[in-house]
Amino acid sequence: MVNVKINGIQVAVPENATILQAAEAAGVKIPTLCHHPDQAIKANCRICVCEVEGLALLQAACSTPVWDGMVVKTNSPAVLEARKTILELILAHHPQDCLNCIRNQNCELQTLAEAYQIRENPFEHITRGLPRDTSTPSLVRDPEKCILCRRCEYACSEIQTVNALGLENRGHHAMVVPALGKDLAESPCIMCGQCIHACPVGAIHEKEEINELLAAIADPDKIVVTQMAPAVRLAIGEEVSLPTGAMDMHVLVGALKQIGFDYVLHTNFTADLTIMEEGHELLKRVKEGGKLPMFTSCSPGWINFCETYYPDLLDNLSTCKSPQQMFGALVKTYWAEKMQIDPAKIYSVSIMPCTAKKYEANRPEMNSSGYQDVDLVLTTRELGRLFRMTGLDFTKVQPGKFDSWMGAYTGAAVIFGATGGVMEAALRTVYEVVTGKTLEDVNFTFARGMEGIKEAEIDLNGLKVKVAIAHGLGNARKVMDQVRAGTSPYHFIEIMACPGGCIGGGGQPITKSNVKREERIKAIYSEDAGLPLRKSHDNPEVQQLYKEFLHEPLGHKSHELLHTHYTPKNKKFL
Amino acid sequence: MMDYKEIISPYASLEGGIIEAFHAVQAKMNYLPEEAIIATAEVFKIPVKEAYGVATFYSYFSITPRGKNIIRICESAPCHIAGAQEVVDALEKELGIKMGETTPDGKFTLEFAQCVGQCQETPVITINGKPYGGVSPESIPQILGEYK
Ligand code: SF4
Ligand code: SF4
Ligand code: FES
Ligand code: FES
Repeated sequence: MVNVKINGIQVAVPENATILQAAEAAGVKIPTLCHHPDQAIKANCRICVCEVEGLALLQAACSTPVWDGMVVKTNSPAVLEARKTILELILAHHPQDCLNCIRNQNCELQTLAEAYQIRENPFEHITRGLPRDTSTPSLVRDPEKCILCRRCEYACSEIQTVNALGLENRGHHAMVVPALGKDLAESPCIMCGQCIHACPVGAIHEKEEINELLAAIADPDKIVVTQMAPAVRLAIGEEVSLPTGAMDMHVLVGALKQIGFDYVLHTNFTADLTIMEEGHELLKRVKEGGKLPMFTSCSPGWINFCETYYPDLLDNLSTCKSPQQMFGALVKTYWAEKMQIDPAKIYSVSIMPCTAKKYEANRPEMNSSGYQDVDLVLTTRELGRLFRMTGLDFTKVQPGKFDSWMGAYTGAAVIFGATGGVMEAALRTVYEVVTGKTLEDVNFTFARGMEGIKEAEIDLNGLKVKVAIAHGLGNARKVMDQVRAGTSPYHFIEIMACPGGCIGGGGQPITKSNVKREERIKAIYSEDAGLPLRKSHDNPEVQQLYKEFLHEPLGHKSHELLHTHYTPKNKKFL
Repeated sequence: MMDYKEIISPYASLEGGIIEAFHAVQAKMNYLPEEAIIATAEVFKIPVKEAYGVATFYSYFSITPRGKNIIRICESAPCHIAGAQEVVDALEKELGIKMGETTPDGKFTLEFAQCVGQCQETPVITINGKPYGGVSPESIPQILGEYK
């Protein structure tokens, strides 16, 4: 430990700490822009400069290590003046249209401009007139707003190992863009949206489709049916000033009905169904010598990644569609039949924590109901905007009930939203199917938490199954390289594209760090623990679906509606 | 199509070899075609975005086709103060193209350069790497004459 004085406050911090960390320990906040708590130091924006006794020049707090006896001033007149100038220089190249920006009131640059009392800018305002990139169904890049912090590039290259974004040119010509001057659709981008969370400003965001929803609700010929993913409920509160996890499920249903959804159903229903199909698929592969290890297939960003970087291993992917797409295929067949509704009138909307789901819904093969299975995908953030637009007061919204046939769910479906959840849910069911015994303790705690790769060996009545869980594609890559090399010891591998699983998905409320992800994970397991049913095969509506419609897991109907195939992406460059 | 990998491979094990490799490609092509950048990334086992970053970082490399003779005008401060802009204007007028462009006959390309280390005789231009110091707008036609 070394002793450091920050603004007169004495603190003891570890030897390799930075000024920024020491200041935090002293309770002093230093502004940052390029710095990100889950990323390596970049030190390219200089907004964090401080005065260090004995040094002539101001030092960047995020990158300068402390030494014993260091004396730092974070708020001297020279420091404040320098920061103000840095802000003015950034703003001189930044569009001045905060009111129209998707990150209005949730932008790190805007917050600093307000705090540093930027009123008139002495520098001439010159922007570059760079066009937006709207080439994908999931994301929009607005390079005009980019402040070149390179946080998105770090998320994309270091955490996701996708390498879709990089620096082009230098000096005042510099840009953070896909390689070769191409748009995102041509780049290896897998639409995970992690760059959105990384971006301090509004330079990358989801493709917004709220107007499409409002038009459908206004259309008397359309019956608007929604599903929502498990990770949505626990994060949506954050969009309307509630604590993480605090939004009540039934209040949420009530709110959706108030907005004008005709029927509210649940992706959790098809999450339970996924476990039935995927669990049996795994057992079949183990028994019949099929391709192993089998990879889960519910994360469309992960599917894109596999099709892009591991096309040689597509046969290892479970053929199960994601819960979103299983739902889409069933709502216009089974559910329409049950409800005696013309499927042509059903407008199926899914609310997802995910940007890649927008892409997935648009895949040409996702039409096994005879229609486009999912018509529209909204992210959790878009739902938040919809709630604020419609002015709902959540202390007064009357709780509502899920509609029948595809609204019931178990705790096993709820935990799909967190890394390890699909694995745990699968094990709860597979155990009982294989052993014929009741699983007394349903908690497979090895599967939980933010550790990058988790593994275990499970004994199913003598049948030993080795499993692994990876989240964030950098971790997935490690597991995948083993499979490619033929040295993977596993039978079953769960992979989620986003760090933390869907709770950290690219469509979730802007997530500043992994601390928030852990909070959401906690909320998900406490929801699971509070439910009466916690095994997918106990879901009464799933049982009814098999009895009346599908007849058996992996049966003929299932293959038609619930399973899919994958195609190598053959990107021109990686 | 040119076998870029053959040109690039000899530099694969050198430290900073990617710069040498790009120079080698550019010596043949006068610029760095997309396929060459992709091939370089493959040979050096790096993502294309990184190879592209290098290709666009250095002003010596161009990712667009260039003419037979490359004219580079130093825009660093000393040359700038000595009147680089007037030289730029004269060159643009003489060749009928703007900075960054190539003449329709493919003979000349105009580019900016950072300090080329000839500050004793500013403003400086280089043509195909050969420096010309103390250039004035009036001297342009004569200098270009050597290359026509
Ligand atoms: S969406 Fe994901 S893969 Fe695409 S650029 Fe952003 S971080 Fe990279
Ligand atoms: S797009 Fe956003 S995260 Fe990426 S460099 Fe620009 S400002 Fe930073
Ligand atoms: S936050 Fe320290 S240099 Fe950007
Ligand atoms: S500044 Fe032009 S040659 Fe040095």
